[in-house]
Amino acid sequence: MSARSPRRPLRWMAGVFIAGLALLAAVLVLELRAPALPPATEAPSTDAALLTRGAELARAGNCMACHTARGGAPYAGGRRIATPFGDLYAGNLTPDAETGLGTWSAEAFRRALHEGRSRDGRLLYPAFPYTHFTRLSDGDVDALWAHLRSLPPVRQPNTAHALRFPYGTQPALALWRMMFFGPGRFQPDAAQSAEWNRGAYLVNGAAHCAACHGTRNAWGATSDAFGGERLPGGRWYAPSLHDPRQAGVQVWPAERVLALLRDGTVPGASVAGPMAEVVFHGTQHLPEADLRAMATYLQALPVRPSEPPAHESADLSVLDAGGRLYRQHCADCHGAQGEGRMGAYPPLAGNRVVTMDDPTNALQAILSGGFAPATPGHPQPYGMPPFRTLLQDAEIAAVASYLRQSWGHRASRVTSLEVQRVR
Amino acid sequence: MASMVWSTALAWPGTRFDPMLLRHLLLILALVLTTKAQAQTPPDPMAQRVQACTLCHGQEGRATPGGFFPRIAGKPADYLYHQLLHFRDGRRSNEGMRYLLDHLSDDYLRAIAQHFAALDLPYPPPLPPQGDAATLARGEALVRRGDPARQLPACTACHGATMTGVLPAVPGLLGLPRDYLIAQLGAWQTGLRQAFAPDCMAHVAQRMSGADIAAVASWLAAQPLPASTHPAPPASAPLPLRCGFTPLLPGGVQ
Repeated sequence: MSARSPRRPLRWMAGVFIAGLALLAAVLVLELRAPALPPATEAPSTDAALLTRGAELARAGNCMACHTARGGAPYAGGRRIATPFGDLYAGNLTPDAETGLGTWSAEAFRRALHEGRSRDGRLLYPAFPYTHFTRLSDGDVDALWAHLRSLPPVRQPNTAHALRFPYGTQPALALWRMMFFGPGRFQPDAAQSAEWNRGAYLVNGAAHCAACHGTRNAWGATSDAFGGERLPGGRWYAPSLHDPRQAGVQVWPAERVLALLRDGTVPGASVAGPMAEVVFHGTQHLPEADLRAMATYLQALPVRPSEPPAHESADLSVLDAGGRLYRQHCADCHGAQGEGRMGAYPPLAGNRVVTMDDPTNALQAILSGGFAPATPGHPQPYGMPPFRTLLQDAEIAAVASYLRQSWGHRASRVTSLEVQRVR
Repeated sequence: MASMVWSTALAWPGTRFDPMLLRHLLLILALVLTTKAQAQTPPDPMAQRVQACTLCHGQEGRATPGGFFPRIAGKPADYLYHQLLHFRDGRRSNEGMRYLLDHLSDDYLRAIAQHFAALDLPYPPPLPPQGDAATLARGEALVRRGDPARQLPACTACHGATMTGVLPAVPGLLGLPRDYLIAQLGAWQTGLRQAFAPDCMAHVAQRMSGADIAAVASWLAAQPLPASTHPAPPASAPLPLRCGFTPLLPGGVQ
């Protein structure tokens, strides 16, 4: 063996490394350079069927929820979207020429939804869920565009994003897209029914359910579409749709899934927090056939129970205190045995929110109370009082631990620290 | 009692009409009917629905003395409805209120407002006055006469001569804690609390100094309620300021 030979693989590796870097740089440059598209020349569509379809898709996607500031004009943007990388501010989607999408063409809108680029060629942040909207058909994107162009124009300048360095830079975004984004339309699965395919298209496209229910990696990209995830800020947990112990609906009757999406409540379960927003602004307005298709798809998701953490029992004294608090504050409505009252107060015995490994949503219900969304099928929901001001962290931890370890429940205890985190 | 009824009843045949018997039979009938009526009438479903409100605002809308949860019972229905819309839509900022109302429809908010407006509950006596005599006198003067030099109208010009509010949408000013009144006028000064445009209370609050606000709040919080605590009928004379009393239409159009 000669003395020079060990250096040869090194030199070879360095060469590969440099070539790789060059390739990466070339791809990045290509990503960053895209033409600005010319302003719109076509007149807004007046096709009634197209406009109806566009309005439905906007409901399915709940575009308004992010693109409307509280109390502001619908779709005029300005709402803050908190992410682990900093704050983003949703843009003005009304057809105002200066501050909205007034100068956008159908082609520019399609490129935004399918490729995540603004009209001027800049890359868009994936908080705008183009990772899902890339699956939408050209026809549906055009319908959505027709709907947005039919809105009254509102002059409201966009707020600049406030992302931390380097996340706010275009090269960082280009790198993220290289790793986690591939454009492509929805491909139907011939082995499945038309209803399943329609459901898959809606759930993974316009409705972008995985944006909340998907598990995310350290880069904020979805690594498991329906595996469950705590929402930014940690005050809500979007439960797994694969796990029947969380929010999986595999064993529910189809009618029950449909009713929950339409009415916001079914006997024994109600939506709350961010999902109440989805039902109130979104799914309650969808055609029943689309809700049925979504239910079919969600019910067919493979069952994949999540791994429960090691069981931790609460101290007997804590359970005693929790029981006393329960009888004092909760039992009048929810019943001595957690049986609830049909049509008014949900049962707590056997309730998945109570027994889920992650106690975030149960704690949020106790702290903040709340109403199920008011829908035509459930116009006057009963409200749960917020106990935030009445009970201390330790008391809420005790009552939550009692709920999680009574009536045959085997969930782990809750600590004051966890209550403080959610409060 | 049952044996008495039986003995009287047994004496019926052959004897003349016994008024005691009729009384007892009527009593039993009345008892049976009331028991049945009780079993059939569930607790007021609206009161059950709004327990989310009453935990803080007090059972049936009574405020905790000195607390920050104002009484809502008996306020004009339109006033309550507008406040629910303001909290939900961000013109008043309170995270807890916003969260509770976020996904409720206009129709349901109106029903909730009507429920609390219809409650007719006694008021507790006012708390002992806070502040010296000069402050209280200044407060009373501003409430009853305003300050024409500063174009500051009297509170009573809009809120009613007895300050119990005016139907359909002007609230009463009595029975509220001093801290609450100060916080509201302060929030109007800074824009944290808003109403429909034109926001007349914002104009009023912005013409008041900190000392004015403290004086007015101190005097109001110390006043007992008049014999009739109900809001006055709608005013026939025009208000001294233009006030917006209509919700905005979708799209921000008035």
